[in-house]
Amino acid sequence: MYSVIAMIVCFFSIAGHYVLLNAQFLAIVHIIVYAGAIMVLFLFVVMLLNLNQEPDKSHGKLLRVAAAISGGMLFLVLLLSLNTSETGTFVLPEKSDIGMVQHVGKKLFNEYVLPFEISSVLLLSAIIGSVVLAKKEA
Amino acid sequence: MENALVSVPHNWYLLLSSLLFCIGVMGVLFRRNVIVILMCIELMLNSVNLLLVSFSAYAQNADGQVFVFFVMVVAAAEVAVGLALIVSIYRNVASTDIDSMKKLKW
Amino acid sequence: MNDQITNSSLLTILSILIPVFPLVGFLINGLLGKRVPEPISGWIGSIAVLASFVCAATIFFTLPATESLSFNLFNWIAYANLNISFGFLIDPLTITMLLVITGIGFLIHLYSISYMHGDEGFTRFFTYLNLFIFFMLLLVMGNNYLVMFIGWEGVGLCSYLLIGFWFKEHENNNAAKKAFIMNRVGDLGFLLGMFALLMLFGTLDYAAVAQAVQGYPVNHGLIVGITLLLFIGAMGKSAQIPLYTWLPDAMAGPTPVSALIHAATMVTAGIYMIARSNVLFAMAPATLDVILIVGVATCVMAAIIGLMQNDIKKVLAYSTVSQLGLMFVALGLGAFSSGMFHVVTHAFFKALLFLGSGSVIHALHGEQDIRKMGGLGKYIKITFITFIIGSLAISGIPPFAGFFSKDEILAKTFEHSPAIWIIVSLSSALTAFYMFRLVYITFSGNYRGTEETRSKIHESPALITIPLIILAILSIIGGFMGLPAITGLTHAFSTYLSSVTGASAGILPEAHHLSHATEYVLIGVAVLAAIVSILIARYMYVTKGQLPANSDAELNGVQKLVSNKFYVDEVYNAVFVKPVVKLSALIYEYVDKLLVDNVVNGVAKVTDLSGRTLRLVQTGSTTFYLLAMVCGIVILFVIRLLI
Repeated sequence: MYSVIAMIVCFFSIAGHYVLLNAQFLAIVHIIVYAGAIMVLFLFVVMLLNLNQEPDKSHGKLLRVAAAISGGMLFLVLLLSLNTSETGTFVLPEKSDIGMVQHVGKKLFNEYVLPFEISSVLLLSAIIGSVVLAKKEA
Repeated sequence: MENALVSVPHNWYLLLSSLLFCIGVMGVLFRRNVIVILMCIELMLNSVNLLLVSFSAYAQNADGQVFVFFVMVVAAAEVAVGLALIVSIYRNVASTDIDSMKKLKW
Repeated sequence: MNDQITNSSLLTILSILIPVFPLVGFLINGLLGKRVPEPISGWIGSIAVLASFVCAATIFFTLPATESLSFNLFNWIAYANLNISFGFLIDPLTITMLLVITGIGFLIHLYSISYMHGDEGFTRFFTYLNLFIFFMLLLVMGNNYLVMFIGWEGVGLCSYLLIGFWFKEHENNNAAKKAFIMNRVGDLGFLLGMFALLMLFGTLDYAAVAQAVQGYPVNHGLIVGITLLLFIGAMGKSAQIPLYTWLPDAMAGPTPVSALIHAATMVTAGIYMIARSNVLFAMAPATLDVILIVGVATCVMAAIIGLMQNDIKKVLAYSTVSQLGLMFVALGLGAFSSGMFHVVTHAFFKALLFLGSGSVIHALHGEQDIRKMGGLGKYIKITFITFIIGSLAISGIPPFAGFFSKDEILAKTFEHSPAIWIIVSLSSALTAFYMFRLVYITFSGNYRGTEETRSKIHESPALITIPLIILAILSIIGGFMGLPAITGLTHAFSTYLSSVTGASAGILPEAHHLSHATEYVLIGVAVLAAIVSILIARYMYVTKGQLPANSDAELNGVQKLVSNKFYVDEVYNAVFVKPVVKLSALIYEYVDKLLVDNVVNGVAKVTDLSGRTLRLVQTGSTTFYLLAMVCGIVILFVIRLLI
């Protein structure tokens, strides 16, 4: 329960980053989709299954150590690769409108019409699939 | 405000998103609750989204943002199906423990 | 001008349609299978062939004899500088073959509707038959050797399927296999010939090859080699020594098949091929001599074997081999149009004879042994009369069809060398003898079967007799297409073919023409010989009432040799089949069992073992999987960083 709420806070801060990065459209969409839809769904499921009583057990010791090592290694490796890669010195422009609805919309409906339409099919199948899965066996 | 933003080096965004990603990975590995694992996956997706948006902002190319949009679509679909799966598994085994789903072997 | 264009495009469409009809018939019958009721599938097959015949006839009447139509349907093989297209060539030679194939094919289809009535494989029969017609049409219509080769292989396949049509009997399957393998030997020759052609000329197109070959000197070693290889192909398909033994065995198939494939059409493919490449062969007189020798040998040998056969269809089979030999004699002499002329007339009377024998077998409910027949003339009149006509035609009695074509070839042999003329005439007289031996034993005298079977003898239904009558009429009048020179009239057939065979005529040395007097004498001698043979046969089998012996014991040495077909099959068996069987048994024991089996089983064992081991990794724990995944990613990153 708390983790869900913490997650929502995290999402809001990411949305803030989007705004800072001049991606206003995505920021709004992000809040609507993640905070508004996905996390609400999580909350619903958590409440529906009434999981609060169940203590969140952790894995065995060996597995935990292995997980810590591999996760830490991953972070280290990522850092290393960031270090070695040439990121260059990008400068964020003063004013930019590439993140505005107009611009993104034009891209979306010109270059990316086909993936856009296909994603609608994907969503439809997800809807049907989840309905079928969640339905009580008739 | 805008000046401050300009002074943020791009590397910091890379760092932030890799940190977020690793938190997501750790969460997936440590926790046993399937719902939490699913949330961690969302976190990983979001870290990638952030990376994409930052690159798109610095490179002045809206393609990255369009891509983020599609990632969101997929994430939404994935969560819907994933949660439906969890609900139906919970009905069968009365648990959301990932170790209770060990039957799929050999 | 405009009119001409529409005319030629119409002809193009028509000629494409010719092979399409049987293909459609094949598809309908083959795909629907037993769902098509019995007579309907027969009619579908027959009408498909009739439609092709109509198309072919239309082309025959519209396309002038001096012109030919060649077009490519699509580019088939285009690789480096090798370019082979899939195209058709319609010229008088093709049209002749088309008319024979579709015309006689249609009659035989009709006949089969009644003949195959009640057989459980009825639809299958017509499926194969249509497929055969399709491939045969492809064979004669192609404009290069490769298209011909498809048809060539296709008819071989259909022949195999149809010989083994009654596959429940082991013997039929063996006959089918024998035919297939013998043909394969020939096909290898054909294939190698094609490769050599490609290597030498870079093309397989008839016209281009004919053009290119004229740049070489006559009897150039390579050309002789190529033509010999092609001739080996023809030997296999047209049953010449030494590859002839499959044809008599092929009589295991249903009689209409024997008539269509093993008498009228497929076996003449070799002759067609040589006539088609007449320029090529004309450039290699050495090969022509080989063809001549093989032809003469086959002609005589088969005729002698035919004397002692007791199976009605086997007699006809050996006579077919003998007649094919005669055609090769004509080809070997460079008389390509004479050879083709004999192909056509032979198709008429041999189809007639086979169908007639089929009618006899039908009447006797499957009896094929002539020793158990006799006196049938009284019971099955139409069959009897048509059979007589066929026999007269094959014996070369004027004015029946065989007389004209045979006489033409005989005259050509006399021009070449009187010695060969004597041999060929002798075998021609033998032909007359054994054909009438067959006729007398079968149709005259008294019935030798049981009383019970006698009462069941009946004339065949109209669907059988009508094709017989039509073929009989063709056998009577067919010869008038090619009147001998002495009549002073034009030889319609060779004139028609002259645009095809003319090209080679200039290359071959001019034969000195016979004077009319010599020709009269030759005809007189040939006819006399035939009549005398017939009379001897009559004397032996009617007057004296002799019957063929029932067992080897009653025969003297020479007869035994002949009746056992010179033991050729046995020799082949000992020389080729036995060693191969032994060798394969050896290979099976050592190479297959020891080497191949162990390798195959070893692979399976390795897979099995590694599977057993790797199975342990599949713990079912999601966390473990994810851990492994993360580790994998880390390793990949590390590798990437280190390199």
